[in-house]
Formats: sequence, C-alpha cells, structure tokens
Amino acid sequence: MKKSIKKVSFTIDGKKCTAEEGMNLVEAAEQNGVFIPTLCHLKSVIPSGSCRLCTIKSNGRFMTACTSKVQEGIAVENDTDEISDFRKLILESLFVTGNHYCPSCEKSGKCTLQALSYSYRIMAPRFPFIFEEKEVDASSPKIYLERNRCVLCKRCVRTIKNKDGKNYFAIEGRGYKAKIILDPVLAMQMTDEEALTAMNNCPVGCILKKEIGFEEPIGNRKYDTAEIGSELTIVKD
Amino acid sequence: MSKKITIDPVTRVEGHGKVTIYLDENNNVKTSRLHIVEFRGFERFIQGRPYWEAPVLVQRLCGICPVSHHLAAAKAIDVLVGAGTGSGLTATGEKMRRLMHYGQMFQSHVLHFFHLASPDLLFGIDAAPDIRNIIGIAKENKHLAVMGVMMRKFGQEIIKATSGKKIHGTGAIPGGINKHLTIAERDSFLKGKDGQNIDQMIAWSLEALEFLKNYQKENRDFIDNFASFPSNHLSIVREDGALDLYHGKIRAVDPNGEIILDGIDYQNYNEYIVEGVKKWTYMKFPYLKHLGKEKGWYRVGPLARLNTCDFIPTELAQKEFEEFKQYTKGKPNNSTMHYHWARLIEVLHSAEMMKQLLNDPDILSGELVTKGEKQFEGVGVIEAPRGTLFHHYRINKNDQIEMANLIVSTTNNNDPMNMAVNAAAKEMMNGQTEITEPMMNAVEVAIRAYDPCLSCATHALGQMPLELTLKDSNDIVIDKKRT
Repeated sequence: MKKSIKKVSFTIDGKKCTAEEGMNLVEAAEQNGVFIPTLCHLKSVIPSGSCRLCTIKSNGRFMTACTSKVQEGIAVENDTDEISDFRKLILESLFVTGNHYCPSCEKSGKCTLQALSYSYRIMAPRFPFIFEEKEVDASSPKIYLERNRCVLCKRCVRTIKNKDGKNYFAIEGRGYKAKIILDPVLAMQMTDEEALTAMNNCPVGCILKKEIGFEEPIGNRKYDTAEIGSELTIVKD
Repeated sequence: MSKKITIDPVTRVEGHGKVTIYLDENNNVKTSRLHIVEFRGFERFIQGRPYWEAPVLVQRLCGICPVSHHLAAAKAIDVLVGAGTGSGLTATGEKMRRLMHYGQMFQSHVLHFFHLASPDLLFGIDAAPDIRNIIGIAKENKHLAVMGVMMRKFGQEIIKATSGKKIHGTGAIPGGINKHLTIAERDSFLKGKDGQNIDQMIAWSLEALEFLKNYQKENRDFIDNFASFPSNHLSIVREDGALDLYHGKIRAVDPNGEIILDGIDYQNYNEYIVEGVKKWTYMKFPYLKHLGKEKGWYRVGPLARLNTCDFIPTELAQKEFEEFKQYTKGKPNNSTMHYHWARLIEVLHSAEMMKQLLNDPDILSGELVTKGEKQFEGVGVIEAPRGTLFHHYRINKNDQIEMANLIVSTTNNNDPMNMAVNAAAKEMMNGQTEITEPMMNAVEVAIRAYDPCLSCATHALGQMPLELTLKDSNDIVIDKKRT
C-alpha cells in the first residue's frame, strides 16, 4: 500500500504555504513561489549547508534553509532587511577572499555568485580585499581548475563521480587553507559529459571544461534576460 | 639658459602621456619627446590564462578599439586551434568578424574625426579652448555634430549585433564566431529609420569627406606642411595589393614609394620587425630589422595604408583614393595632417564594406566555427583604426598562455609621433619668448593626427587641463602655468 504523503502548513514572510512534511525549506519555498538564494544547494543532492547563503529565521532562530526540514506551523522569515544584509555580508566576503574578475570570466552571465550579487545590488564590498594567491590547476586534459573563483560549495565533491562511484573532486586542507583538488589519476579518465556536468554544477567560474570558452553568445546566457529568482514571485503582506 | 617645457598630462588620452620640449638659451627647440608614463602589464598577467580567454581578456586594454584587440587575439588563437589564418574560417565566421571589424573601424574613425579633430578644423587650433570641443561644434554646426553622433551610433550597433555588446563583447571565439545576425538585425541596418541605415551612412561619409576637402583647399599650406616629414609606411595588404583591413600580408614602402618589404606572412613578423627600447618611455620603438634603428622606423594607420595599397576594392572609396593618390602624383603622401583625409576615405570604404556584408546571406546562416590540428604558437595581425596591430601567443601543453607579445598600433607610430611633436614644436615655439596655450595645442594637433590610443582627445568636454612647467637646465622650476 502506498504510504500517504503528509502535507504541512507554514508561512514565509506571512505568506501561507504548504509542502510535504520533511522537505527542505529551499525546495519547499520554491514550490510555493518563494526564492531562497543558495550557492551550494542542488536539487536531489544531500544538502551540505556550506555556503550559508540560504540563512533564514525559523520561529525566530537563524537556520540554513537547505538543511532545515519544513514542519507544521513554523513561521519563516526570508525577505527581511536583517536577512538581506546578512546575505550581502556573505557575498561580499566571498568577493574579498577570492579573486573574481567577471569581465573575462566565461561564466559571466551564467554565474550564480554574479547573479546574486546583482540581485542584492552589491556595488563594492565593504571589506578590504585579501588578494590571496591561489593556484590554478590546468594539468587535467578536460578541466581548467580556477581556484581563484572557488567558493568551496562542494557541489563538485558531492555530485561528480565516476562509474565506480569514486569522487573526482575533494577538499584538501582546513580552514583558510582549504582548497578544491582534482584527482590527477581519475582526471585522466574523465569523460566529456562528466566534465560538462562539473562545469554546469559549479555555481561560479572555478571548474571550466576546457575549450568551451565563450561559445554561448551574450543575450542567450542564463541571467542575461532575467534576474536570478525572478521566475518565482516573492509575496509580502 | 636652456629650458625644459613639459606638457603633462597630454590631455584626455587613452592612457597617460606627457610631452617634454627642451629649449636652448635662444628659445629654439633642441629636442622634443612624447613619453608614455603608464605601465599596463597585459603581456605578463595573461600568462597562465587559458588561451580561449585571450580575445575577451586582452581587449580590456582599450575602451575605444577593443574590437581590434578582440579580433587580433582571435586570429592568433585561430592558428592555435588549427583553423589557420584568413580564409581558414567558415564563410560565416570570417564575414561576421569582418562586419564587426568594419563597424569598429567606422565608429572609431568617426569618433576621432568629429569629436576630436573637427574642432581644430572648424575653429582653428588657436581658438579658445572653451569653444574648441564637441559642444562648441554642436553650437556652431549642429548638422556636423549630429552626423558624428549618428554615424558612431551605427558602428556601435553593428558591433553589438556581431559581438553581443557595444564595448567588450565576446563574438569572436577560437576558430570562428558565436552567433549569426538575425534577419531583423540585418534589416534594421539596411532599412533603419531616422537615418540609421547603411545608405545614409555612405551619404554622410561622402559629406564628411567634402567638408574636409573644402577645409584642405582653404588651408592648403597648413594641411600639407604642418608637422610633415618623409617616412616609411607599413600595413597589411590583400594578396592582390588591395586595401584589406582584416587580413593580408605585410607590405612596407619607403618615402618615395619603393617597396622595402612585401608578401610577408605575419606569422613570421618577428623576423622582420624588432622593438627598440628607450629609457625615457614605457613605449617601445619598432623598426624594420633589415634597415636598422635609424632608417627602419615606419608609420602605420590610415595614411600608411593608403600609401602601401594599390587600390581600394569598393567603388566610391576607390574614386576618392584616386584623387588622394593624384594629389601626390602617385608617390606616398608624407603629410601628417593628411591622416585625416585618409581616415575619412577609410570611413567611406568601411561603410561600403558593411553594405556588401549586410547583403550577404552567409551572415544569417552557416557553420560558425572550424577547427583543425592544435598548434602551440600563433600570431594574429589586423589593421586596427590606428594601424597595424600584432598579437603573438605561445601556449603550453596544458592550454595555458606562457608567452604573449603585443605590438599595438600606437607603438608602431611611436617614432613618427615623436618626429611630429618635434616638427610642430619647432614650427610653433622656436624663438618665442612666451609659450601660449595655442602653441601647446599645436603640439597636440600633431599627435592627434595619428589618433593615438594614448591620444590627445582634448576636444571632449570642458577646459583642457594642460600643465606647463618651465625648468632650467638643472631641472629647477622657474615658471608654472595651468590653462
């Protein structure tokens, strides 16, 4: 007998919403036409809560929406000045700790970090740039690994595996020394399809499938015509 | 007591430059120098970047002619991906790039003539600075100003349609182009309203040429002789000797029209051209190797191109070219101020070429990209608005650029611009006890004829922030003046 799916009711910024019990808040919000920004979350992938950008308040407490499950009666705050400022702080921190140069980045127009920064109207970071030296790894035949742009979201670690289930990508080091690495042996066997998926899953311009470059003309890129999240309607009281 | 005059900054340049003029105790000009005091470093920081990024990254050198850098880099990268040079691309790839390039040539030349140069011609080089600018032009001759703005807009729209953006687009990719023109875009250029169509552009190009030729008739002595000197001239030309701004082989002629270099494949440019260095400027001094430093320097740009080519392959521009050649009885034209004449002939040629390309079905459909066996070194050369532009890249086995060498058009004109500055300074300042603003402007007029990318765009808006410093031979400031 098919198990019945329990629906729960909750609110986001006062808007009445319903979703399946146990669904994570990012996806539950999306089902109800509410956009909660995230850099690390991908649908159908176990959440890691690493970017903290989806931070909301649930019943008055700060939580990451991707790792929080929807429950009956919770009151979620999402589009408030306090939370927006917190998210801007995270975005600005990413810009000053990485070396992001949008003008020549081939992910420009398709980059989630760039799109969110436009969406949150970030003109210039309020923090000083660190200009940390980060190594590029171009040794793989399929991937140009541009660590200057990595935000350590771990999407690649969680989603890009070979046919035996082995990870191509991993995080090496801890704290500020943490960096993304590509297994040099497995990388030699990476297929074009896997490389393309890795590039598409990367929310920034860190993982680039070699020789794609600027094939997609300006005007056709994902965020050229519509702001990120604009397909969802954010309804306030 | 000898004196040193410094014009610093040379105003509203694409970059930073200054002029130093040394006077002897009788106030005669001993020597003059154009210094480029900025340091860009693109050749260094592009090292390690993936080669397919070069056309988009390197064009950031410039906001006026980024298309030239975009295309020169793309041509070099074509070699790396095995697409070869020139006709190695698909018909669509090459024609879309040419359309982009002629749009760029058109808008850049128009910007220079109407916004920067025409105030000198309309008001005179000794007119008050507050009227000697584009606003002054708009007040004095509204039609001329509107024509300049509308022509530039047309060129910019062509660039946007072919590269995605008016400035710093991404159209040219390794081995071709990333888009077609839509029928709606094509039709808007062919039949656009309010004067925004190609036939109007051709008509206005002819009108601008008439305006200039009338001015030349009335000021023949100044135009023919101001800051003039004999020189070699260099450009690429099509294999049959035609003017071709996108692709060809290197040709150079001497001041008398004798060919001193011809049919050179630009992949081998560094066997024929070397770059000299001087302590007082960051800009290098290219010269022809076989003639040496003293005799091997050359001019590039519109004047040089019309001196090296045999004919122009469009009807109206060819007629103008014949008149241009007749003026010097078939010999090379060595008059600095005739750069303006040559530039406007190229404006007309670019408009005619755009019309041809807009009527070509290949821009609407067809294969966009072609590739072949990968190479590790490639050179791309194009005739940019200001002259011959060289991009040279070498990559490693990981697809990273490990060496880049750029010889930009203005660098090629370094020696000639210094010659022009010297000639203008001598003509205007020799024996003068007081150095006036018009005298300083005259020096800039000579530089401006070359439309350098560190150019004296003095006639933009507002007052010229020229700073003049008089120093004695011990470098002690004896007077300072700011206009």
